[in-house]
Amino acid sequence: FIAASTVCDTLKMAPNSIHWFRKGLRLHDNPALQEAVRGAGTIRCVYFLDPWFAGSSNLGVNRWRFLLQCLDDLDSNLRKLNSRLFVIRGQPANVFPRLFKEWEISRLTFEYDSEPFGKERDAAIKKLAMEAGVEVIIKISHTLYNLDKIIELNGGQPPLTYKRFQTLISRMDPPEMPVETLSSAFMGCCITPVSEDHSEKYGVPSLEELGFDTEGLPSAVWPGGETEALTRIERHLERKAWVANFERPRMNANSLLASPTGLSPYLRFGCLSCRLFYFKLTDLYRKVKKTSTPPLSLYGQLLWREFFYTAATTNPRFDKMEGNPICVRIPWDKNPEALAKWAEAKTGFPWIDAIMTQLRQEGWIHHLARHAVACFLTRGDLWISWEEGMKVFEELLLDADWSVNAGSWMWLSCSSFFQQFFHCYCPVGFGRRTDPNGDFIRRYLPVLRGFPAKYIYDPWNAPDSVQAAAKCIIGVHYPKPMVNHAEASRLNIERMKQIYQQLSRYRGLGQVLFVMLINHEMLSVTAIMVPLRCLSFFGLTGLLASVPSTHNGNGNGMAYSPGEQHSGTNTPGNTCFHTLKLHYIAKRLWAFHHHTYMSFLGFPFQNHEH
Amino acid sequence: MKSIFSPTQSRAKRQRTGQGVSASQSHVPDWGSLPHHIVLHIFQYLSLVDRARASSVCRCWNDVFHIPELWRRFEFELNQPATSYLRSTHPDLIQQIIKRHAQHLQYVSFKVDSCTESAEAACNILSQLVNCTIKTLGLISTARPSFMNVSQSHFVSALTVVFVNSKSLSSIKIDDTPVDDPSLKVLVANNSDTLKLLKMSSCPHVSPAGILCVADQCHGLRELALNYHLLSDELLLALSSEKHVHLEHLRIDVVSENPGQTQFHSIKKSSWDALIRHSPQVNIVMYFFLYEEEFEPFFCDETPVTHLYFGRAVSKDMLGRIGLNCPRLVELVVCANGLEPLDEELIRIAERCKSLTAIGLGECEVTCSGFMEFVKMCGGRLSQLSIMEEVLIPDNSYSMEQIHSEVSKHLGRIWFPDMMPTW
Repeated sequence: FIAASTVCDTLKMAPNSIHWFRKGLRLHDNPALQEAVRGAGTIRCVYFLDPWFAGSSNLGVNRWRFLLQCLDDLDSNLRKLNSRLFVIRGQPANVFPRLFKEWEISRLTFEYDSEPFGKERDAAIKKLAMEAGVEVIIKISHTLYNLDKIIELNGGQPPLTYKRFQTLISRMDPPEMPVETLSSAFMGCCITPVSEDHSEKYGVPSLEELGFDTEGLPSAVWPGGETEALTRIERHLERKAWVANFERPRMNANSLLASPTGLSPYLRFGCLSCRLFYFKLTDLYRKVKKTSTPPLSLYGQLLWREFFYTAATTNPRFDKMEGNPICVRIPWDKNPEALAKWAEAKTGFPWIDAIMTQLRQEGWIHHLARHAVACFLTRGDLWISWEEGMKVFEELLLDADWSVNAGSWMWLSCSSFFQQFFHCYCPVGFGRRTDPNGDFIRRYLPVLRGFPAKYIYDPWNAPDSVQAAAKCIIGVHYPKPMVNHAEASRLNIERMKQIYQQLSRYRGLGQVLFVMLINHEMLSVTAIMVPLRCLSFFGLTGLLASVPSTHNGNGNGMAYSPGEQHSGTNTPGNTCFHTLKLHYIAKRLWAFHHHTYMSFLGFPFQNHEH
Repeated sequence: MKSIFSPTQSRAKRQRTGQGVSASQSHVPDWGSLPHHIVLHIFQYLSLVDRARASSVCRCWNDVFHIPELWRRFEFELNQPATSYLRSTHPDLIQQIIKRHAQHLQYVSFKVDSCTESAEAACNILSQLVNCTIKTLGLISTARPSFMNVSQSHFVSALTVVFVNSKSLSSIKIDDTPVDDPSLKVLVANNSDTLKLLKMSSCPHVSPAGILCVADQCHGLRELALNYHLLSDELLLALSSEKHVHLEHLRIDVVSENPGQTQFHSIKKSSWDALIRHSPQVNIVMYFFLYEEEFEPFFCDETPVTHLYFGRAVSKDMLGRIGLNCPRLVELVVCANGLEPLDEELIRIAERCKSLTAIGLGECEVTCSGFMEFVKMCGGRLSQLSIMEEVLIPDNSYSMEQIHSEVSKHLGRIWFPDMMPTW
């Protein structure tokens, strides 16, 4: 006892810390928070919230509610440690200098933010803190790996295919173990000075205070907070253990609905540590399968997220088409009315509208449902820019993170990451295969409840008598389909092909059904030099000769191709055109962004000109 | 760089400037006196914007800027800010091209956005291309097809200006436009000796007789793209006449608006046979966008199709017929099928379609063992193999990991199923 109090006495001179919460809204596996407490005399956990910003931001009410619930939960967990959360009204750059003085702060800690905007903000705060004589400690815990290490291993460029990413990961050490949860024992003598009027000054605001109208707002399908996240992960693992199958779960009608084992919003806000999830999965796999090395596919959900964080961390234009070196410029249509119909669930395709309704009401949709609506908006039917869809998801989707959201949209619209595009999801058939009965549609579009399963995915084809019996006349009570899918997909497949042909100078005319199938392992550099005979499949022979090898003097500008090279895993010959195409397209992409491709008029049909 | 300057040239230049030149300065090349052909060569690597900038450096470079060789190809981009994210070709540049370089243009394309005004602007330019010898003409809608919204008379009169004046057209791409039979007649009357490629998918104003007239007269036609309703036995026979060169590509789009509204005719086996006798190497490419129940008239007899694309769900029955009746099949893409796995159909295709080298499967369920059997039978000849991870049904014989390694073994290269991000 005496010893302890002497230790605490010597801590009188110990530093006063601030831990700055942004994401990472948790007490478990929070290394930066640990650093704040370690050897400190006082700790104050702050979260910045700008009430002015709240009303005008493009985040929907579900996202705000989730965030506020996370903060409430954090506050109540901190109370158990005789501490509190300080929600600060204002902007970090304006408020921090005052806090440093008022609280005599000498240490600031926060979790590393890998996104370009966050890096910029944090650099400014770090500078400001150093000037005030405050030590800054930053720890990585939102991602499994240090993303810069992945990029370094790839020769300085982020990998652009998931396969490549997996290869890099498999060469790295496993992620670091989660650190222990903040506890009273760990706190030791470190205290949080809390004033009488704490709740008034620093309490978590309500939705109403932020200016949201909450009348008639249904209760949250996805309650926010670390406590909920930790309950869910146990349930998630129990179910996995019970199924004892670690393959990706097969899609069925049930998987479309919000599940009490779903984790993605919790990972997004950092209520759940990705490393905790990672190691719990590993342990479970070892226990059930009795083998020691789980396959990478076990961590699919975590690795995809990591992949997009890696791709975005050095690219401030990652969420744009223009000026984004990894995004193909596609001449999307600007069509605000069509966009509004999509966003407001009025497309006339029940499958699409039900998903968009679920998204707006609950804030989450299944990943294949995301594919369905994203494909419909972009390359499949409406030919509207992925950026517009991304913004709608940003508003409505609880787990939409800047990097993951933009990356997924680029992926699904075939704007990057070398996706093959021959297949468009059918807005009728896809849903019917997933949920033949149409219960999902009846749940979210009650107006269609009366339709029999036969017509519920294409009610406009139902005879008048069926529509009358269903008490829903198409064109009156529910819109007619806004596009003819067959016609739209014919046009759009053709346009996509044209774009990629232009990029890679393929000859057109039908022959090329597979233009872009490069999500495979890449080959050695020498394969690029492989004779042209390998290209005859694509009707390319003779065309390459007509293209200058250094386009527009930018031959050195293959911004990311070196990283895609990988030697010694494949036999050349068969796959040579993959590599050739990749490098070719890399160059083309580059040229695309620096010149408005006027110099090489990409004729889709090149054969008779020479 | 130094070697391209003749010593006399640099000396002459130095003397003209009349300044004492130090030894180091004498090695500085005089870019203004680069020979024309060198500048031209360099300019060919530059974008128009860069060439335009460079042309203001000196008179010599400006002369080169206008050399006809640099104006053989031009792509007019016509977009409206309200409908497109992309910029348009500057109106001044368009005027300059029409005034100074129209006669040099040989390969011309127009890219228009979904706005009718853009398509009309393209027609206005077309009707000014009077003194031209255009060889290649492409009208390309980059979003919704806007040429269809231009009045037919405006479109047709603009197009026929080019047809009448150029007289040496070899490639024409006019998909999704209101081109009609009379304008095709004008095309034939003026360009029958030179026409080699005609792409005109989804041109609703053309009739089977209109396209037949092209095939009858243009004996050099090697590539043709059209919709199925224009395809007839007569057309195939015309393309197989003795006077006709070998056809290289025939692309056919089969589209229906609503189920049951379109009746599809069939093509006689004898007509296909005649075509293949005449052009044994021809690629016959068919794109289908039909409802499942509309496939009945197709592939009931042997059909020499080489490339097949199914944009919508196809019945097992139909895929079964492909295995039976499409011996020349090279590429097959099936975007979707019904609920039952496609195992038997694929295996039959592997067995009977000996030329098959590429296959892509979208939402088509296949069991892992069925898929393995298919791959085993095709082996290394499959240069393209694409299937979504989600649709492979694991069974007792193979897990996903095993599929990856087994397929790689049979293909002789590393192979993975296509993956989609899980959010």
